[in-house]
Amino acid sequence: MGYLPLLFLAWFVPLVGAVFIFFIRGEEAVVAQNARSVALWTALATFIITLLIWGAFDPTQAGFQLVEKSVWLPGLNINYHMGIDGISLWFVLLSALLTLVCVINCWHSAERWIKEYMIVFLLMDALMIGVFCALDIVLFYIFFEGILIPMYLIIGIWGGGRRIYSAFKFFLYTLVGSLLFLVAILVMYLEAGTTEIPALMQHEFPPELQTWLWLAMFASFAVKVPMWPFHTWLPDAHVDAPTEGSVLLAGILLKLGGYGFLRFSLPMLPDASAFFTPLIFALSVIAIVYTSLVALMQTDMKKLIAYSSVAHMGIVTIGIFTTNALGITGGIIQMLSHGIVSAALFMIVGVVYHRLHTREIARYGGLAENMPVYALTFMLFMLASVGLPGTSGFIGEVLVIVGVFQINSWVALLAATGMILGAAYMLWLYRRVVFGALERKDLLALRDMRVNEVVAFAPLVLLALFMGIYPSFFIEPMQASIDNLLVQIGASGTELAAR
Amino acid sequence: MGFDLTPVLPELFLLVAGLVLLVVGVLTREGEAARVVATLSVLALVIGSIIIAASDKSPQLALGGHYVADGFSAFLKILLFVGAALAILLAQGFLHDRRIARFEYSLLVLFSTLGMSMMVSANSFLALYMGLELSALPLYVLAAFDRDNLRSTEAGLKYFVLGALASGMLLYGCSLVYGFAGTLSFDVLADAFGAATAERPPALLPLGAVVGLVFIIAGLAFKLAAVPFHMWTPDVYEGSPTPVTAFLATASKVAAAGLAVRVLMHPFGEWTAQWQQVVVLISIASMLLGAFAAIGQANIKRLMAYSGIGHIGYALVGVAAGSERGVYAVLVYLAIYLVMTLGTFGCILLMRRQGQYVEQISDLAGLSRQRPMAAAALGVFMFSQAGIPPLAGFFGKLLVFLAAVEAGLTWLAVLGVLSSCVAAFYYLRIVKVMYFDEAAEPFDTAVHPAVTGITAITALATLFFIVWPGPLLRAAGAAAAALVR
Repeated sequence: MGYLPLLFLAWFVPLVGAVFIFFIRGEEAVVAQNARSVALWTALATFIITLLIWGAFDPTQAGFQLVEKSVWLPGLNINYHMGIDGISLWFVLLSALLTLVCVINCWHSAERWIKEYMIVFLLMDALMIGVFCALDIVLFYIFFEGILIPMYLIIGIWGGGRRIYSAFKFFLYTLVGSLLFLVAILVMYLEAGTTEIPALMQHEFPPELQTWLWLAMFASFAVKVPMWPFHTWLPDAHVDAPTEGSVLLAGILLKLGGYGFLRFSLPMLPDASAFFTPLIFALSVIAIVYTSLVALMQTDMKKLIAYSSVAHMGIVTIGIFTTNALGITGGIIQMLSHGIVSAALFMIVGVVYHRLHTREIARYGGLAENMPVYALTFMLFMLASVGLPGTSGFIGEVLVIVGVFQINSWVALLAATGMILGAAYMLWLYRRVVFGALERKDLLALRDMRVNEVVAFAPLVLLALFMGIYPSFFIEPMQASIDNLLVQIGASGTELAAR
Repeated sequence: MGFDLTPVLPELFLLVAGLVLLVVGVLTREGEAARVVATLSVLALVIGSIIIAASDKSPQLALGGHYVADGFSAFLKILLFVGAALAILLAQGFLHDRRIARFEYSLLVLFSTLGMSMMVSANSFLALYMGLELSALPLYVLAAFDRDNLRSTEAGLKYFVLGALASGMLLYGCSLVYGFAGTLSFDVLADAFGAATAERPPALLPLGAVVGLVFIIAGLAFKLAAVPFHMWTPDVYEGSPTPVTAFLATASKVAAAGLAVRVLMHPFGEWTAQWQQVVVLISIASMLLGAFAAIGQANIKRLMAYSGIGHIGYALVGVAAGSERGVYAVLVYLAIYLVMTLGTFGCILLMRRQGQYVEQISDLAGLSRQRPMAAAALGVFMFSQAGIPPLAGFFGKLLVFLAAVEAGLTWLAVLGVLSSCVAAFYYLRIVKVMYFDEAAEPFDTAVHPAVTGITAITALATLFFIVWPGPLLRAAGAAAAALVR
């Protein structure tokens, strides 16, 4: 392979940017300005590198591509091993894009410690890209858990409300699950004699062991997704995190759970996955219905969207565990769509929160009058979240529901009620915030979106629409990988025609 | 064998250097003695490390078989010497500020290190006990080095009384084993109890020898500050001058852990099943106590005491595995532990207000604003001690848990990870105080360059271990292979 080591560059460039910002010295305002510029250019460069990765990616191949490998831990046979397939490709792109969006979005709104804020976002960028590229399970784990450090700092330093409580809850909750995953990694390593993800996918673990390994992984991924009843950290973390923190949390971090199920649980432990599918379905259905009802009752905008995230991720886990092509494709598309839409929704809350410093739904109303651009953007993402045809949200949900209908019509029915409830709470939220009479004086003074905010929203708007109108563009590159995954699970991979 | 003294060369060198420096210290002018002797002591330790690094790593017996120099002892000795040298460097500013800058400090550290070096090279119970006592006696004095301070003298006395008791237990254990085996030598001991040969499986240990072994483990557990022999630790750590605490927490523990590994793996290596339960129990108790008891601490030195108890619990997980991979894991763990603990104490030594050293965790509030570099360094150490990747501490934990799982102790690994979640809470709390809380009174800006330098270097080592882990892992692998043959 004569190319540049693109994957290496993709996570190394943001790290270099972070170190560079660390050494910027001087007057505070100047430092802040320089830090912003460096972060912007670094995030942009990283995004361009991920675009190059996309360009170099061959969608017809099923295996891992752009593979990089070098010796890392001698004597243990644990190596630096990176590569992407059709599934991880999109998440790498999404990570780089959302980081860029975050940097643009906080151009004016970040108030203190701007230099440090930029550093942690570039660190997040590096770790998020790394986690999706890692082909060694120990390397994956290092990125996977390393993300906790910058996120803990983001919530704790730049958060509001009970930020300290939320930061601790986020960190410790996810740590407990992750550490059990670590023990599972060690057991798998000793059982299979390797930590290479492709080799582990080929290895057949004894059924009894699979059950335990699966449960340990479940502890980690279910907290990350988060699945009911392990979701309680999420509303707290979202409410108290700064806008950009919520964007990455909802956009990428939650996807790690789904990605983990796809990458590890299903192909490595197919028997246990089949055995536990009813459990996943049950928890997901409860998550969809219950958290949707909870979302209806929220008075805080961010909390409402946080609960809606749990419901949407329930659709994802159902899709993944249908183990048919439709369901898995739907699950991945739903993850991508949710990554764009919920990230955008948190930014939408951030826009008004930054102006008025409250997220109480009741404090708003009639914003359509003096913030038309804002109202329009809000409407688009609200509809995408509801799953209106023509937006990205529709594709994922429909594929999942059709996929699961083939297996269990009750689950499909209950999941579909979640969509109805979703429409209820989102439309109601929109009505209360944007429509109605503009009565409060302070609301009258609100300015519409700034240039940087429009720029930050633009790619997300385009993607949400594009994915809804032309989904094959996103589905085609993953097909080979999904077929490959289905072969590993042992299910038949021939039912793709339905698409 | 005979009178070939080459294997003992590092110790002989330290001994001679110590004696010469004693004279130098007395003859130098009062104001300068401390500085001169400290510089020369560090130099002696560096030369000692070089001698070890350059020496032959194949096992060599000396002093009538009481003493062995092999790859295992070489690895630990380099750690010890580095730890001791850093403890001397860390101390100079502190001793000066507290007006107790005497040249004896460096010498006591030097002699104690000599004893530790003998401990890790001991090949018989006689050498073991001599090394242990030689390392312990200077430590008692060091703990009380701030002699006009009530807490320091109390720490010294407490440490001495309890240490003497532990020595007694150890000696009693040694004598029991001697009574049943008829030999003090580690090499002969294994055969005396009927170790496995090609023809027969290993015989069971006689009951008396088992009891003796338990007493020996108890004595060593005291030196390690492992539960249930940890009671002295918080008080002694809090009362001792901070650099002494750093020395106690690092070099002293590393030596004791090395000795414990050698005793358990070399003469009793065949009887893992007979001592494993004891080690597992001590390990679990240490991990849990270290995790839970530290939560309520307000003094950062007490917190470090409990944190150290927890760390020893994790290291003992590797010992309990009773395998070569276990030994390897323990060695890596100890090396990483030494670096991050010294760095943490470097940060504690930066906590100074109007010339007074402060030790409350709440004093760290808002450190990130006044001293971003120091806060970042302490943050790195805290996340590393909590075992969060990509920092060095994670790799230590990874390896000990790997060894435990391999030895069939998966449940011990699960307990270990759960207790490390609890422990993560108090490490995070320090990060929280530094980064999330409102700023307290600022610390003094004048800092001692040695302290800053050591903190910076250890922080960088902790941070970038992931990039270049090869050398340490290879060295530890060779050392473990030398012990477990």
